[in-house]
Amino acid sequence: MDLSFLQATLLTLLGGLPLTLNLTACSVLLGGAGALVLALMRTSGLVLLSGPARAYVFVFRGTPLLIQLFMVYYGLGQFRPALQELGLWSFFRDPYYCAVLAMAMNTAAYASEIIRGGVASVPPGALEAASACGMRPLMRLRRIVLPLAIRQALPAYGNELVLMAKATSLASTITLMEVTGLAGKMIAQTYRAVEIFACAGLIYLLLTFFLTRAVLLLEWRLSPRRPRRQPAPPTIRITGEPA
Amino acid sequence: MHVFDLFLGPNGWGVPLLLAALMTVALSVSGLAVGAVLGALLAHARITGGFIARTAADAVTTILRGVPDLLVIYLFYFGGSQILSWAGHAAGYDGFIGLPVFLTGVLALGVVSAAYQAEVFRGAFNAIPRGQIESARAAGMGSLLMFRRVLAPQVIRHALPGLGNVWQLILKDSALISVIGLVELLRAAQVGAGSTRQPFLFYSAALLLYLAITSVSGQAFRWAEIRSLRPFRRG
Repeated sequence: MDLSFLQATLLTLLGGLPLTLNLTACSVLLGGAGALVLALMRTSGLVLLSGPARAYVFVFRGTPLLIQLFMVYYGLGQFRPALQELGLWSFFRDPYYCAVLAMAMNTAAYASEIIRGGVASVPPGALEAASACGMRPLMRLRRIVLPLAIRQALPAYGNELVLMAKATSLASTITLMEVTGLAGKMIAQTYRAVEIFACAGLIYLLLTFFLTRAVLLLEWRLSPRRPRRQPAPPTIRITGEPA
Repeated sequence: MHVFDLFLGPNGWGVPLLLAALMTVALSVSGLAVGAVLGALLAHARITGGFIARTAADAVTTILRGVPDLLVIYLFYFGGSQILSWAGHAAGYDGFIGLPVFLTGVLALGVVSAAYQAEVFRGAFNAIPRGQIESARAAGMGSLLMFRRVLAPQVIRHALPGLGNVWQLILKDSALISVIGLVELLRAAQVGAGSTRQPFLFYSAALLLYLAITSVSGQAFRWAEIRSLRPFRRG
């Protein structure tokens, strides 16, 4: 075992970690916002809104992420003159923006289904109670539906987060040198596939480990069973009760 | 050139794209089969294995689920040729021997999906009532006979929904095999896009073919699910 080679490899690969983290964070944040919009469209009950959302999810979940990435980066290049006219060419020319866009659009489709499941799990009684209290739909959404739905969807969303962190490796196919890109380049140069795989694998395992821990922590924080310091319940006095 | 001629005319790109779509299906089916065998072994290790077998199976599952699939493909592609070249060197052949790309792709897809399939099989096995296993033993069945007559038919039935999910996963992962040069659907679209300078058109065509494959096979899995439950339908 060549320890100095392993050390050098690990150091080189760590240089790609910031880009991996950056891609994961940006696409998850953007995709999460998109997922929320899509889920609300799906559950709105209006065909005009739920139809397009359904079609979007069908297309993005039914095709590989890699082809979506190529579609954005290479495919839209076919419309370069039009994009230049619109001033969008500098955006679509940059592989980084293309990768973030494609991944955000992809994860939005998957995450919207997860959030939709969470929304569906909100008990109808809670909705009725909120309406009976006089909450308007938007307030009910903000105060009742979303908090309950997000808590319910969190474990599944954690899985999606890990999948996204792994999916950022595809960015290497459009010239972005994140961890997998660097690893692929090194393997092709040195042909020491096993050692380099071990180093890159270690980095990804640690990354996914911390991500799952973070989601578990968030789950615990949002869990209603957590003992919390609460004000003492008001003592109820019922008149006529024997002392 | 007109779009119609481009795809359907003589020397059009329609036939190569359809052939490539067939290659995608063949690759995915083989990957699913290899993954089923490996997944069954992993599940076996986790259910009946001793401490060492269980720990090893756990470790393999954790690693495979925590590492990007692209990295596993690189490992098999370069690592496989590394081992082959080394073996060739030992046999007196000096030079590089590459592992066939189709084989590499099938192995990589199989290994990647094995971790997921193991979980599916384990869940399906746990759904079988213990009493059936005990009565099979009491009736004097050996392990193999019990597997064939009692376990396998029911495990497959319970595993179908999960296997459907894994199948979709493999189908979409098969696009990654294009990076090592196998001409499957995505690669064929890339080639067409490169030689006609119409990338949007070709990626759209590939996108539609992928959608067709995923929705038709998804429907087939749903049909199989309903069919497998037929003996239990009531009323």
